[in-house]
Amino acid sequence: MTTVQEAPVVVPDFGDEDTDRKICFIASKGTLDMVYPSLVMANAALGEGIETHIFFTFWGMDIITKERQEDLQFTWMGNTAMHPPGKKMHMPQGLAGLPGMTGMATKMMKKQIADLDVPEVPDFVQMIVDAGGQLWACKMSADMMDLTMDDLIDDVQGIISATDFIELSEGAQVIFT
Amino acid sequence: MPVATIAGADVAVDDEGFMTEFDEWNDEIAKFLAGQIGIELADRHWEVINFVRSDYKAQGETPTLRRVSTVGGVPTKELFQLFPKKPAKKMSYISGVPKPHGCV
Repeated sequence: MTTVQEAPVVVPDFGDEDTDRKICFIASKGTLDMVYPSLVMANAALGEGIETHIFFTFWGMDIITKERQEDLQFTWMGNTAMHPPGKKMHMPQGLAGLPGMTGMATKMMKKQIADLDVPEVPDFVQMIVDAGGQLWACKMSADMMDLTMDDLIDDVQGIISATDFIELSEGAQVIFT
Repeated sequence: MPVATIAGADVAVDDEGFMTEFDEWNDEIAKFLAGQIGIELADRHWEVINFVRSDYKAQGETPTLRRVSTVGGVPTKELFQLFPKKPAKKMSYISGVPKPHGCV
Protein backbone atom coordinates (compact mmCIF):
# COMPACT_ATOMS: atom_id res chain seq x y z
CA MET A 1 0.00 0.00 0.00
CA THR A 2 1.72 3.13 -1.17
CA THR A 3 0.55 6.31 -2.79
CA VAL A 4 -2.95 7.69 -2.62
CA GLN A 5 -4.03 9.88 -5.51
CA GLU A 6 -7.16 11.63 -6.68
CA ALA A 7 -7.25 9.71 -9.95
CA PRO A 8 -6.33 6.11 -10.78
CA VAL A 9 -2.60 5.76 -10.46
CA VAL A 10 -2.46 4.53 -14.01
CA VAL A 11 -5.05 4.44 -16.75
CA PRO A 12 -4.41 1.37 -18.88
CA ASP A 13 -3.03 2.10 -22.30
CA PHE A 14 -5.68 0.72 -24.62
CA GLY A 15 -3.74 1.94 -27.61
CA ASP A 16 -6.59 4.09 -28.83
CA GLU A 17 -4.22 6.15 -30.89
CA ASP A 18 -4.72 4.84 -34.40
CA THR A 19 -2.34 1.99 -34.93
CA ASP A 20 -1.14 1.06 -38.39
CA ARG A 21 -0.65 -2.52 -37.28
CA LYS A 22 -2.32 -4.88 -39.71
CA ILE A 23 -2.31 -8.68 -39.84
CA CYS A 24 -3.09 -10.97 -42.77
CA PHE A 25 -3.58 -14.67 -42.18
CA ILE A 26 -3.30 -17.16 -45.01
CA ALA A 27 -5.53 -20.15 -44.28
CA SER A 28 -4.44 -23.01 -46.52
CA LYS A 29 -5.68 -26.11 -44.69
CA GLY A 30 -9.09 -27.69 -44.49
CA THR A 31 -8.62 -30.28 -41.77
CA LEU A 32 -10.54 -29.51 -38.62
CA ASP A 33 -7.44 -29.19 -36.44
CA MET A 34 -5.64 -26.90 -38.88
CA VAL A 35 -8.40 -24.37 -39.51
CA TYR A 36 -8.46 -23.19 -35.92
CA PRO A 37 -5.02 -21.54 -35.68
CA SER A 38 -5.84 -18.75 -38.11
CA LEU A 39 -9.39 -18.35 -36.79
CA VAL A 40 -8.30 -18.13 -33.16
CA MET A 41 -5.47 -15.72 -33.86
CA ALA A 42 -7.54 -13.55 -36.22
CA ASN A 43 -10.21 -13.28 -33.55
CA ALA A 44 -7.60 -12.32 -30.96
CA ALA A 45 -6.11 -9.70 -33.28
CA LEU A 46 -9.54 -8.15 -33.86
CA GLY A 47 -10.07 -8.03 -30.10
CA GLU A 48 -6.93 -5.92 -29.92
CA GLY A 49 -8.28 -3.43 -32.42
CA ILE A 50 -5.99 -4.55 -35.23
CA GLU A 51 -7.04 -4.51 -38.89
CA THR A 52 -7.31 -8.19 -39.76
CA HIS A 53 -7.71 -10.07 -43.03
CA ILE A 54 -7.88 -13.78 -43.79
CA PHE A 55 -6.97 -15.05 -47.25
CA PHE A 56 -8.35 -18.53 -47.89
CA THR A 57 -6.48 -20.71 -50.35
CA PHE A 58 -6.38 -24.36 -51.42
CA TRP A 59 -8.11 -26.56 -48.83
CA GLY A 60 -8.66 -23.52 -46.65
CA MET A 61 -11.39 -22.61 -49.15
CA ASP A 62 -13.57 -25.18 -47.39
CA ILE A 63 -13.76 -22.85 -44.38
CA ILE A 64 -15.76 -20.33 -46.43
CA THR A 65 -17.54 -22.70 -48.82
CA LYS A 66 -21.22 -22.94 -47.88
CA GLU A 67 -21.53 -26.64 -48.53
CA ARG A 68 -18.34 -27.64 -46.79
CA GLN A 69 -17.68 -25.39 -43.82
CA GLU A 70 -19.86 -27.44 -41.46
CA ASP A 71 -18.29 -30.69 -42.46
CA LEU A 72 -14.54 -30.36 -41.89
CA GLN A 73 -12.88 -33.57 -40.75
CA PHE A 74 -9.98 -34.63 -38.59
CA THR A 75 -7.72 -37.64 -39.05
CA TRP A 76 -4.52 -38.57 -37.26
CA MET A 77 -3.24 -40.39 -40.32
CA GLY A 78 0.28 -39.11 -40.86
CA ASN A 79 0.19 -37.23 -37.56
CA THR A 80 2.56 -39.13 -35.31
CA ALA A 81 1.99 -36.66 -32.46
CA MET A 82 -1.61 -37.78 -32.00
CA HIS A 83 -2.38 -39.02 -28.51
CA PRO A 84 -5.57 -39.14 -26.49
CA PRO A 85 -5.94 -36.13 -24.15
CA GLY A 86 -3.72 -36.46 -21.11
CA LYS A 87 -2.36 -39.88 -22.12
CA LYS A 88 1.26 -40.72 -22.72
CA MET A 89 0.51 -43.33 -25.40
CA HIS A 90 0.45 -42.63 -29.13
CA MET A 91 -2.43 -43.68 -31.35
CA PRO A 92 -1.23 -46.38 -33.76
CA GLN A 93 -1.06 -45.00 -37.28
CA GLY A 94 -2.59 -48.19 -38.68
CA LEU A 95 -5.82 -47.60 -36.80
CA ALA A 96 -6.37 -44.23 -38.47
CA GLY A 97 -7.16 -45.87 -41.79
CA LEU A 98 -9.90 -48.14 -40.49
CA PRO A 99 -13.44 -47.41 -41.70
CA GLY A 100 -15.27 -44.94 -39.48
CA MET A 101 -12.12 -43.77 -37.70
CA THR A 102 -12.07 -40.30 -39.27
CA GLY A 103 -15.69 -39.76 -38.26
CA MET A 104 -14.97 -40.86 -34.72
CA ALA A 105 -11.83 -38.71 -34.41
CA THR A 106 -13.73 -35.73 -35.85
CA LYS A 107 -16.55 -36.16 -33.37
CA MET A 108 -14.12 -36.37 -30.47
CA MET A 109 -12.24 -33.27 -31.52
CA LYS A 110 -15.46 -31.30 -32.03
CA LYS A 111 -16.52 -32.24 -28.52
CA GLN A 112 -13.20 -31.11 -27.03
CA ILE A 113 -13.48 -27.80 -28.86
CA ALA A 114 -17.10 -27.33 -27.76
CA ASP A 115 -16.15 -28.13 -24.16
CA LEU A 116 -13.89 -25.06 -24.25
CA ASP A 117 -16.85 -22.99 -25.42
CA VAL A 118 -15.05 -22.38 -28.69
CA PRO A 119 -17.53 -22.17 -31.56
CA GLU A 120 -17.73 -24.52 -34.53
CA VAL A 121 -16.30 -23.24 -37.79
CA PRO A 122 -19.38 -21.50 -39.30
CA ASP A 123 -20.11 -19.66 -36.03
CA PHE A 124 -16.47 -18.80 -35.59
CA VAL A 125 -16.24 -17.27 -39.06
CA GLN A 126 -19.40 -15.26 -38.35
CA MET A 127 -17.92 -14.02 -35.07
CA ILE A 128 -14.80 -12.86 -36.92
CA VAL A 129 -16.91 -11.00 -39.48
CA ASP A 130 -18.95 -9.39 -36.69
CA ALA A 131 -15.71 -8.25 -35.08
CA GLY A 132 -14.69 -6.54 -38.32
CA GLY A 133 -12.51 -9.23 -39.91
CA GLN A 134 -12.26 -9.25 -43.71
CA LEU A 135 -12.39 -12.47 -45.71
CA TRP A 136 -10.84 -13.06 -49.13
CA ALA A 137 -10.82 -16.09 -51.41
CA CYS A 138 -7.98 -17.19 -53.67
CA LYS A 139 -8.65 -16.98 -57.39
CA MET A 140 -6.49 -19.91 -58.43
CA SER A 141 -8.15 -22.15 -55.82
CA ALA A 142 -11.61 -21.00 -56.86
CA ASP A 143 -10.78 -21.78 -60.50
CA MET A 144 -9.31 -25.18 -59.61
CA MET A 145 -12.28 -26.14 -57.47
CA ASP A 146 -14.81 -24.60 -59.81
CA LEU A 147 -16.14 -22.25 -57.14
CA THR A 148 -17.76 -18.85 -57.66
CA MET A 149 -18.91 -16.20 -55.19
CA ASP A 150 -22.28 -17.98 -55.12
CA ASP A 151 -20.63 -21.03 -53.55
CA LEU A 152 -18.96 -18.98 -50.83
CA ILE A 153 -20.53 -17.52 -47.71
CA ASP A 154 -21.91 -14.01 -48.21
CA ASP A 155 -19.31 -12.32 -46.05
CA VAL A 156 -16.43 -13.10 -48.40
CA GLN A 157 -15.42 -9.77 -49.90
CA GLY A 158 -14.03 -11.08 -53.12
CA ILE A 159 -12.06 -13.67 -55.05
CA ILE A 160 -8.65 -12.14 -55.53
CA SER A 161 -5.41 -12.99 -57.29
CA ALA A 162 -2.03 -13.56 -55.69
CA THR A 163 -1.00 -10.09 -56.83
CA ASP A 164 -4.11 -8.58 -55.24
CA PHE A 165 -3.17 -10.27 -51.98
CA ILE A 166 0.36 -8.93 -52.10
CA GLU A 167 -1.08 -5.43 -52.56
CA LEU A 168 -3.63 -5.98 -49.81
CA SER A 169 -0.97 -7.13 -47.37
CA GLU A 170 1.36 -4.19 -47.88
CA GLY A 171 2.71 -3.16 -44.50
CA ALA A 172 0.98 -6.10 -42.80
CA GLN A 173 2.31 -8.95 -40.74
CA VAL A 174 1.56 -12.05 -42.80
CA ILE A 175 1.03 -15.40 -41.10
CA PHE A 176 0.73 -18.62 -43.09
CA THR A 177 -1.29 -21.43 -41.57
CA MET B 1 0.10 -2.73 -4.88
CA PRO B 2 -0.89 0.90 -5.57
CA VAL B 3 -4.06 2.39 -4.16
CA ALA B 4 -6.11 4.95 -6.02
CA THR B 5 -8.88 7.19 -4.78
CA ILE B 6 -11.76 6.90 -7.19
CA ALA B 7 -15.13 8.55 -6.64
CA GLY B 8 -14.22 9.10 -2.99
CA ALA B 9 -13.18 5.52 -2.27
CA ASP B 10 -9.74 3.97 -1.89
CA VAL B 11 -9.38 1.09 -4.29
CA ALA B 12 -6.51 -1.29 -4.97
CA VAL B 13 -5.31 -1.39 -8.57
CA ASP B 14 -2.57 -3.28 -10.40
CA ASP B 15 0.32 -1.73 -12.29
CA GLU B 16 -1.82 -1.21 -15.38
CA GLY B 17 -4.64 0.44 -13.44
CA PHE B 18 -7.07 -2.52 -13.33
CA MET B 19 -8.88 -2.92 -10.00
CA THR B 20 -7.79 -5.96 -8.04
CA GLU B 21 -10.48 -6.21 -5.35
CA PHE B 22 -13.85 -7.32 -6.70
CA ASP B 23 -15.79 -5.99 -3.70
CA GLU B 24 -14.33 -2.49 -3.81
CA TRP B 25 -16.18 -1.75 -7.04
CA ASN B 26 -19.41 0.27 -7.25
CA ASP B 27 -21.46 2.07 -9.90
CA GLU B 28 -19.79 5.42 -9.28
CA ILE B 29 -16.36 3.87 -9.73
CA ALA B 30 -17.52 2.27 -12.98
CA LYS B 31 -18.70 5.63 -14.31
CA PHE B 32 -15.40 7.21 -13.37
CA LEU B 33 -13.29 4.44 -14.95
CA ALA B 34 -15.39 4.59 -18.11
CA GLY B 35 -14.83 8.34 -18.26
CA GLN B 36 -11.09 7.79 -18.00
CA ILE B 37 -11.17 5.91 -21.28
CA GLY B 38 -13.71 8.11 -23.02
CA ILE B 39 -16.83 5.98 -22.59
CA GLU B 40 -20.13 7.34 -21.31
CA LEU B 41 -22.12 4.47 -19.84
CA ALA B 42 -25.57 3.83 -21.30
CA ASP B 43 -28.07 1.06 -20.50
CA ARG B 44 -26.46 -1.46 -22.83
CA HIS B 45 -23.05 -0.87 -21.24
CA TRP B 46 -24.59 -1.61 -17.87
CA GLU B 47 -26.08 -4.85 -19.17
CA VAL B 48 -22.59 -5.96 -20.19
CA ILE B 49 -21.03 -4.79 -16.94
CA ASN B 50 -23.66 -6.53 -14.82
CA PHE B 51 -23.22 -9.75 -16.78
CA VAL B 52 -19.43 -9.59 -16.57
CA ARG B 53 -19.56 -9.10 -12.82
CA SER B 54 -22.15 -11.75 -12.08
CA ASP B 55 -20.40 -14.23 -14.37
CA TYR B 56 -17.04 -13.48 -12.77
CA LYS B 57 -18.57 -14.06 -9.35
CA ALA B 58 -20.15 -17.34 -10.43
CA GLN B 59 -17.28 -18.72 -12.53
CA GLY B 60 -14.25 -17.20 -10.86
CA GLU B 61 -12.92 -15.83 -14.13
CA THR B 62 -13.71 -12.98 -16.49
CA PRO B 63 -15.95 -14.02 -19.39
CA THR B 64 -14.50 -13.75 -22.88
CA LEU B 65 -16.28 -11.75 -25.59
CA ARG B 66 -17.61 -15.03 -26.94
CA ARG B 67 -19.22 -15.79 -23.59
CA VAL B 68 -20.63 -12.28 -23.21
CA SER B 69 -22.32 -12.67 -26.58
CA THR B 70 -23.59 -16.27 -26.26
CA VAL B 71 -24.46 -16.35 -22.56
CA GLY B 72 -24.81 -12.64 -21.81
CA GLY B 73 -26.81 -11.98 -24.95
CA VAL B 74 -24.97 -8.93 -26.28
CA PRO B 75 -23.86 -9.60 -29.89
CA THR B 76 -20.19 -9.38 -30.85
CA LYS B 77 -20.83 -6.52 -33.25
CA GLU B 78 -22.46 -4.47 -30.52
CA LEU B 79 -19.64 -5.16 -28.06
CA PHE B 80 -17.24 -3.57 -30.53
CA GLN B 81 -19.53 -0.53 -30.71
CA LEU B 82 -19.99 -0.20 -26.96
CA PHE B 83 -16.31 -0.66 -26.10
CA PRO B 84 -14.47 0.33 -29.28
CA LYS B 85 -11.32 -1.43 -30.50
CA LYS B 86 -10.49 -3.51 -27.44
CA PRO B 87 -13.84 -4.55 -26.03
CA ALA B 88 -12.64 -7.38 -23.78
CA LYS B 89 -10.06 -5.27 -21.97
CA LYS B 90 -12.26 -2.20 -21.74
CA MET B 91 -15.32 -3.98 -20.36
CA SER B 92 -13.13 -5.73 -17.77
CA TYR B 93 -11.47 -2.49 -16.74
CA ILE B 94 -14.80 -0.75 -16.18
CA SER B 95 -16.32 -3.81 -14.48
CA GLY B 96 -13.49 -4.01 -11.97
CA VAL B 97 -12.34 -7.51 -12.93
CA PRO B 98 -9.12 -8.85 -14.48
CA LYS B 99 -8.64 -9.08 -18.23
CA PRO B 100 -10.04 -12.31 -19.68
CA HIS B 101 -7.49 -15.11 -20.03
CA GLY B 102 -9.38 -17.32 -22.47
CA CYS B 103 -8.17 -17.46 -26.08
CA VAL B 104 -11.63 -17.23 -27.62
